[in-house]
Parts: sequence; C-alpha cells; structure tokens
Amino acid sequence: MTNIRLLAAASTVSLLALANPAFAQTKFEFWYGLSGDLSDRIQDMCKTFNESQADYEIVCVSQETYENNLQNTIAAFRANKQPTIAQISDGGVVDLMLSGAYLPVRQLMEDNGYDIDWSNYNSGVSSYFATSTGELLAMPFNNSTAMFYYNTDALKAVGFEGAPQTWEQVETIARDLKAAGYDCPVAFDPTGQWQWWEQFSAIHNQPIASNGNGYGGLNATVEFNKGLFVKQLQFYKDMYDEGLFVVKSKATGETANDAFINAKCQMSSSSIADHGTIGKQAVEGMHWDVAMLPVWEGTERKNSLVGGAALWTLKGKSAEEYKGAAAFYAFLATPKQAEWWSTVTGYIPVTNSGFEAMKAAGFYDAAPYKGRELALASLSFTPPTEYTRGVRLGNFGAVRVEIQNAMQAVLFNNVPVQEALDAAAERSNEVLRKFEATYPGKTLP
Amino acid sequence: MERRAYYKNGGLPWLLIAPQLILVLVFFYWPTTQALYWAFTLEQPWGGGNTWVGFANFLGIFRDGQYWAMVGRSAFYAIATTAISMVIALTLAAFVDRSLKGTKLFQSVFVWPYAIAAPAAGVAFRFIFSPDAGLVGAINQIWPGLWNPAINGAHALAMVIVCHAWLGIGYNFIFFLAALQMIPRSLSEAGAMDGARPFRRMMDLQLPLITPTVFFLIIMNLISSFTDSFGLIDVMTEGGPIGSTEVMVYNIYVDGFKGLDYSGAAAQSIVLMLLVIALTFVQFKWVEKRVHYN
Repeated sequence: MTNIRLLAAASTVSLLALANPAFAQTKFEFWYGLSGDLSDRIQDMCKTFNESQADYEIVCVSQETYENNLQNTIAAFRANKQPTIAQISDGGVVDLMLSGAYLPVRQLMEDNGYDIDWSNYNSGVSSYFATSTGELLAMPFNNSTAMFYYNTDALKAVGFEGAPQTWEQVETIARDLKAAGYDCPVAFDPTGQWQWWEQFSAIHNQPIASNGNGYGGLNATVEFNKGLFVKQLQFYKDMYDEGLFVVKSKATGETANDAFINAKCQMSSSSIADHGTIGKQAVEGMHWDVAMLPVWEGTERKNSLVGGAALWTLKGKSAEEYKGAAAFYAFLATPKQAEWWSTVTGYIPVTNSGFEAMKAAGFYDAAPYKGRELALASLSFTPPTEYTRGVRLGNFGAVRVEIQNAMQAVLFNNVPVQEALDAAAERSNEVLRKFEATYPGKTLP
Repeated sequence: MERRAYYKNGGLPWLLIAPQLILVLVFFYWPTTQALYWAFTLEQPWGGGNTWVGFANFLGIFRDGQYWAMVGRSAFYAIATTAISMVIALTLAAFVDRSLKGTKLFQSVFVWPYAIAAPAAGVAFRFIFSPDAGLVGAINQIWPGLWNPAINGAHALAMVIVCHAWLGIGYNFIFFLAALQMIPRSLSEAGAMDGARPFRRMMDLQLPLITPTVFFLIIMNLISSFTDSFGLIDVMTEGGPIGSTEVMVYNIYVDGFKGLDYSGAAAQSIVLMLLVIALTFVQFKWVEKRVHYN
C-alpha cells in the first residue's frame, strides 16, 4: 500500500516537472568584472537574453573589477564551483591560455551548431585573444583602446583649434594653458600604465618585451627600459615638474576622468569605453572631444592595442550549460545586440560588419557618438606589427605594477628615469622567469 | 584530597572535543599545510599541476632587497602602532581610573573605536587625511603641498599608522583600566599621602604593578599590527604610493592574488606565520613566567 502511494507521489512530481517549463530551463552563470553604469548595462543585456528565449536562463554576477573577477573565478575553478562564462581581461590572458581551464570558443560554437564567420572579427581584437595560428579562444566582448580627451573650450581659449595630434602640440598647449591660468592642463594617472606606457609603446612600435612582446614564447624578456619609453617617461617627469601634468588618481581623491569631467583638467587620456560616461557626466556647458593618442613628430604611427576583455568558457560544465553559453554568444553577435552594446557603453563594435553597419546608419556622424569611430581608426591604423598585436606576458599584472611603481618613483621621488626603468625591468624579468618555471614544457597555443 | 572525575568510556572525551578539533583542523591546519606545500612548489594559479622546487621560493624572497625593506617597514609599523596606541590608551585609562567628573561616560566612549570595522575606519580616515578636501588637508591651504599622502610615502605610512593605532585604543583601554582598578586603592592612597603626584604614582606604583598587562598588550598589539593591517591598507592606500605602505601581510595579498604568484605568497605567509608563532612563544614562555609582582 505504502509503495503504491509513494509511486503515485513520485509520478505526480515527475509529471509536474515535465509540465512546468521552468524545470526544463538550463541555468548557467556569467561572472563579469565591471561595476556601476556598465554593470547595469550588462544586467539589461542578460534580461533581454532571458526574455528572448525559454530554454536557458543566464545568471549574471558582477565581481566589481577585472582583478576581483579573475581572483574569484580562479578560486571558484579550483573548488569546482566555476561559472560557465567568465569575463577575463587582457592582463589575465596568458595564465588562462596555459591553464587549459577553458573551452575554445570556436570549438564551442561548432559543437553546438553555430556557424560564425570568424574573419569578421576585428583583427586587433582577435589577435589578442587568439592562438598564434589565429584561432579565437574567447568570445570578444567589451573591447576598447586608449584615446586622448581634450576640452575644446580651453584649447580654443589659448588659440588652438582642432585635435592635438603630436606630443609637441600637447606640450605647447599645456604650457599656454598654464600661462592662461589653468591649474591642470593635463591629468596624469601614474597607475594608468595602460594608456601612458603600453599604448604609447604600441603606436610608436616600441617593444615591450622580446620575442614579439612574448608571442614567440615564454622565454621573452622585457625591453621597455631600452626604447623610446625612457625618453617618454623623462618627458612625463619634465611636464610634471613644470606643473603641466597634474597627478589625478584614486589616491589623490579625484580620478583623471573626474577631473576632466569637472573641467578641472583640460586634457586626459583614457579608454574609449569612458566616452559614454564622460558625455553623460561632463559639467553643464563644457565642450570636449576625443582624438587618437598623440605621437611624436616624425613617428610613423602604428595601430594601438586592444584593451578590455573577452568571454571565456570554462571547463567542467554540462553539455546543456555549454549549449546555453553558445546561445548567449550567438545572441551577443546579433547585429541588433552588438549595436545596442556599443551604443550604451562606448566599447567598439567587435565585428567589421557591425562597425560598417553602424557607420552606414550614420551613428558616428553626430553628437553624442561622434568621435567613437576614432577608436576603430586607431586600432586598425596599420595592420598589427610584431609589437602592436598585443602583449603576451605571463603574470602581466605584476609587470604592470612594476611600471606603475617606476613612474611614481620618477615623478614623486626624483629617481633617475633610466635607473627606475632598469630596476623595474629586472624585477619584471624575475616575474617572467618564475612564470616560465611554473609552466615547464608548456608552450603558448 | 582533590576529587577528579573520570570518564570510563575512553572515546567520549574525544567525541566531546571533536567539534572544536574539526573546526581547528579544517580552518587552520588544513590551509596551513596547503600553504606549506605551495611554499615548496611552483603552483599554477588555475590548478593543474605544480613542480617541487625545494627552498627556491624562500631563497627568492630572501634575496629580494625590497622584501627586507618591507620587513623593516612592517617592524616599524608594528612598533609605532603599538607604542602610539598603548601610550594613549594608558593615559586615558589613568584619567578614567582617577574617578574624575564624567568617568562613567568616558569609560564607555573610549571603547567605541574598537567596535568599528577597520575598513570603515579606513574610509573615514582617508577623507580626514585627503590632501585636497580633508580636515588635515586644510593645512595645504596655508602651506601648499605640505601634506600629500597620495605622492609622499612617509605621509601615507603615517596616515595608516595613526588610523591603526586609533583603532587599537579601545581594546588597550579596557585592559589598562581593568588592570588599574585591580590595584588596591590603599597603595596609591599611601603614595599620595607621602606626597607623590599622580604622574609619579603612575610611574613608580601603578605601572610596575600592571606590568603583566603591559606585556600582554604589547604582544597582542604587535601580532595584531602584523596581521590585521590588511583591511586598513587596502582601503586607504592599496600599498601605495610606490609600495611605501606595503607591509608583510599586504604584500602576500599583492603577490598572491594580484600577481598570481601563489608560491611566493605562500612562502611569505610561512615566514609571517613563524614570526607570529615566535611572538606568541615569547609571550607564553618568557612574559608569563617572569613578570610576577605578587
């Protein structure tokens, strides 16, 4: 009797389960490292995806910063509690590549029956997140490059029309601004090594490391203490001492972006991804524009480096969850969704067709989006060279910290430039050697 | 003769201490052995393998001049926070102990800082010491550029030390007050009748009598400043500028989590652990045995 009852109960439950569509839904997680306005936009995106179909439910979790996201994803992965999709930024790529903890996106999409035209992806973007043979490992997602923002009102006030193109111009304008009573001609963030060092090196075709910035193998050594960057850091120092560069960072209580938005600083360098935020938050009546990063006169400008992050599919999840992830990637790649994402954030459209479509529709012709096309122009200014396709160094985060410290030591403690950079290079090479020893016998894919 | 209770069942005592034992094993010994193992290997951050390298990680950090600079900084940090915090706490406790007006109120007020979480205090102090906007920053309006923890390492370190010391005052205050109140009134009254002023009584009578408490607090404060400074530094300076506020515990976080150098960080944790064990050992073996005034 009891057995029959139990059986009846069990079958009722299973029938209910079949009847209820919620049970059929596959839930999977997506962890990302953005906060504030950008995080809200990702939540919008996840909501749209969940409403667009009934088979999968994506749960999007913000881990606030790229760093936190990387740390938490690693911790979760080691405990076998990883999300299906994780957003990992440029700096964390090599560690992940060698770990074998991911499922290549190309394979994922093919396995799940999606036919993606991979050649359609922006070459700069794909060279950062692809193998040496060009196979994309992660789904390009939020990509950007560094730009130069300037206050047109202030520049006009000292008689400069148009965009500053060269460092010589920036220097002259800054001096004029100072003479005209502007306290802060250029906002400089010494923790902004991405725009002030990496991007500078790329567009001037300067090696950051040997072996083609590390693409050639794990035995690369850093070379930033030999090239043009030595001169550039001296330039930053001279400008700082003259009061033309003013340090604005989290530590001083006002970031470079905030100082620019509040019209306190008249020029600043930051990601194109901030274009949307600056547009929204700039003080009433302030006129500003964006340009490609300046180069030194006589330099043959090269393409700038891709920043931002890609979506990595992590190993150890079920086939159903991977189907969901593939569906999500396919959803992101739809022209409508891609355009929406690029519009509300400022991140570049990652596909060539996406960019062409937006250009044809006149998206870039008028404010507030005018200027954003320069990011793509900067990224694809020339075909990527050995030193402009990206930086492939292990534990690159630690190398970046060395540069930040070197820049601060030069600016604040008057350490001679060459000495500071040599010390940073020595320590960076130790980091690289240790990384190499951690992955014995492994090669970059 | 003393009566003692015995358990007939030999397993029962073990069963009774099992919950505590399991907690300690899972949350202390297991992670420690893990760290110990990592310290002797090169651990891949994403898992998936490691190589035995013997003492290479330790040699690596010991060869690093910056590491020793940081150890020195940590020692300075520990001594400075301990000294500032204890001197102020003792002064406050001495005043409260004298039963002046409002003692009851101050008794509870001085304990408050201890109840504030370090990161919360860090945020508050960051604003107070902010060079552009803060209260202390106001001196920059009189002498421009005089105070700037964002670019001056010494300023930044001073700022964190002051905040850490402030947080510890409440804790030290309770212990000092309790110790002072344990001293028989008759002693200080006798001193007073012989003409000793309060300061003299403090130095010659009370302080020697509370030495055990003083030593206990010194050890506790030193250990706390070695291990609890993380939250404060992370909120206030993130170790900057140029690593001038990086102490041992913060550097473990920077190397391990930001730099993904798990092995180097594990080696540093072991060094820090040995240091704290040594301090604890000193407290148990030396201080508790030798400091007796009864």
